[in-house]
Amino acid sequence: MSPKHPVDVPTGTPTDAPADSAVRVARARSGGGGSTILPVRREQPDAVEVRRVTATVRRTDVFAAVGATVAALSVTTLLYTQLAPFDGVLGFVVLGYLAFLGFYGLLVSLDEDGPAVRDRLVGAVVHSLGFLVLAVLALVVLYTFAEGWRPLTHLNFLTEDMSVTGPLEPLTQGGALHAIVGTLQQIGLALLFTVPLAMICAVFLSEIPGRLSRLVRTIAEAMTALPSIVAGLFVYATVILALGYRHSSFATSLAISVMMLPIIIRAADVVIRLVPGSLREAALALGASQWRTVWHVVLPTARSGLTTAVILGTARGIGETSPVLLTAGGATSVNLNPFDGWNNSLPLVTYALTRSPEESFIVRGFGTAATLMVLVLLLFVLARLVGGRGPGQLSRRQLRRRARESARDVTRYARRAGPPPAVRAVGPAPAVRSAGPPPAPRPGTAGADRHGVPAVSPPEKENRDG
Amino acid sequence: MAPVDTPRTTIPGAATGPADAPRRVRERRGGADLLFRALARGGGVVVLCVMLLVGGFLLYRAQDALGVAGWSFLTTQEWDPDAGAGRFGIAAVLTGTVLIAMVAIVVAVPLATGAALYISEYAPRRIRQTLISLVDLMAAVPSVVYGLWGFFLLQDNVLGLSNWITTYFGWIPIFDVKDSDPRDPLSTMTVYTSSTFVAGLVVGMMITPIVCSIMREVFSQAPPGEREGAYALGATKWGMIRAVVLPFGRGGMIGGTMLGLGRALGETIAIVMIISPVFKIQPHILENGASSVAALIALRYGDSTEAGISALFAAGLALFVMTLIVNFLASMIIARSRSGAASEV
Repeated sequence: MSPKHPVDVPTGTPTDAPADSAVRVARARSGGGGSTILPVRREQPDAVEVRRVTATVRRTDVFAAVGATVAALSVTTLLYTQLAPFDGVLGFVVLGYLAFLGFYGLLVSLDEDGPAVRDRLVGAVVHSLGFLVLAVLALVVLYTFAEGWRPLTHLNFLTEDMSVTGPLEPLTQGGALHAIVGTLQQIGLALLFTVPLAMICAVFLSEIPGRLSRLVRTIAEAMTALPSIVAGLFVYATVILALGYRHSSFATSLAISVMMLPIIIRAADVVIRLVPGSLREAALALGASQWRTVWHVVLPTARSGLTTAVILGTARGIGETSPVLLTAGGATSVNLNPFDGWNNSLPLVTYALTRSPEESFIVRGFGTAATLMVLVLLLFVLARLVGGRGPGQLSRRQLRRRARESARDVTRYARRAGPPPAVRAVGPAPAVRSAGPPPAPRPGTAGADRHGVPAVSPPEKENRDG
Repeated sequence: MAPVDTPRTTIPGAATGPADAPRRVRERRGGADLLFRALARGGGVVVLCVMLLVGGFLLYRAQDALGVAGWSFLTTQEWDPDAGAGRFGIAAVLTGTVLIAMVAIVVAVPLATGAALYISEYAPRRIRQTLISLVDLMAAVPSVVYGLWGFFLLQDNVLGLSNWITTYFGWIPIFDVKDSDPRDPLSTMTVYTSSTFVAGLVVGMMITPIVCSIMREVFSQAPPGEREGAYALGATKWGMIRAVVLPFGRGGMIGGTMLGLGRALGETIAIVMIISPVFKIQPHILENGASSVAALIALRYGDSTEAGISALFAAGLALFVMTLIVNFLASMIIARSRSGAASEV
């Protein structure tokens, strides 16, 4: 088995890789002096094993696949048009697929033995299942746009509401402005409630461990199971029925918040827990207080993941229909006041319009659904742009900034260490270093020491900002 | 270790003096730290209170209806809360919910397993990240869009399949359809619309990405050393998957499936758009008419009296308890499994 592409594989066998490489890459900074040994920085210190590409495609494999496809198509077409009284697209596809599997197995079995035939068959099935899932996604998205693009071509769809538009009016009149405004109000208010609370709670869960945080984590995990309709029912019964508040975007945003809060907390908690403990300990060892560590080390490291958590939570919240159904009421005109009066939202107006028997309303419903999909897609692309990176992985711009900063540090150190006699105690100036008798260090011992001492006890801190 | 005069870091040798007694570590926190800790703790407590408030309120409001109905709440099929005890219960809607979720799982699990295996084992490395993003996107598509798709596109195309199943497998009780006659060419297809089967298909499509992304994650964590060991022993790719990847990911597969089940149980709007609600136990999944707890709440909240709202809360509570149990089992299975320690579920 030879890897097709050369991959970055750490030298040394996997078992002794960490210790060996730490020692091996370590080198003394200055020739003979007994001194600190700096390890050479590797790109990913944790990557021990890398999966290698082992796939190979031979010419016979391609021939077998193509041949089986052609044979299956021919046989199925023959069956459908000449031999059997079959009809229907679904049946054709299923029968053709089964025929393909049969022919493929037969063709492969001419050259290979049993296990290899099974391997090829399973490979074919797995490939087709993967494509089927992608096809469903493409179908759902494209169908919505194919049915809903017509209303979107009229500008009034985004600038007018439905207050004076009946089912007989053409698409050049009326629009979904009320729903867009309502959606923005609701998700904006919900983000205002959830993001600070979820961030604080996630920081609490990971930074102040204890019995209380375990309890909160358990409860928050339990609440992710809360069906959104029950969240809507809760707000409907408390805010609207018990407190006598009217249907409004505010009530809806409360319901969406109840639903989104545990989702964001859970995702943010996972992201913050992924921040390497060594970073935290380094900050604490430098004397930073806990608050400074969280603010300057933990949160910036996890920023990309946290943003993704919030954006994906927003995408979930923006598409929720059932809480809106119970708490917003469903207005037909723009209501700019989120705290009072009926309102609407894109998913709710989609639901309401497509429930109506009027053809024109159904078309408008698809238009609002397409608008909603555009919003979700935008959020998703945004999430991919800012996020999708693990803690500590930097974007190109962040890498450049880090390089600039360390270059500045180097010049600063050089300036401070500049006149050798003046600042004696700061830098490891070689002239001073060679003065004392070297305590005969062995690089091996130094490496072992670095790794042998576990960092267990919390370092004593002194507060710089007390 | 004594302070060194020369500006050099020395490496301590072996300890020669008396052994160090363990020192007490004192933490002295400054004002900002105390404030931070208080703030964080306060945030946690607020979240806890909100969550407990929701749960407690659910319990409190459900009490009236449960007190009136007693055990008949679990055994009654019809839904008429104003008529008093014995006239409303969740036997029908809960069965309907579970049936829809089961159809969804039966559809979603093979699809999700195949897609997860494809992404983690078969897909070219270049497009793997794109595929992961696409599956995540599929999970973010709003349920109302799935509902539209199911109602306007899928339903019409799936009637033929329903007809075929009931023609050849009608002797299995759940595939039986009362008013269908396969030998009658003029028979209408409308007996197959708005059924548990169609709703389950749509919900299955909705939960496929959720199940898939968990499975993909545990599959991709299978240790490369064991993979290559299997190859070295002469295994084919499928042999390797069966011997290494699937056993390694079993906990994640079960847990992911149960997480998907939890989502399927709580799904509302797509089901409301597709089913035509009935309030009797409907075991024939291909037949017109289905029911679900969430759909019941969405359809009945508006015209309900005080007793009706309380009964809806009781139904919501039952649904919540069910999803809660399923979710807890899921996270327990995932956490206990070999692969689950690091997976984010």
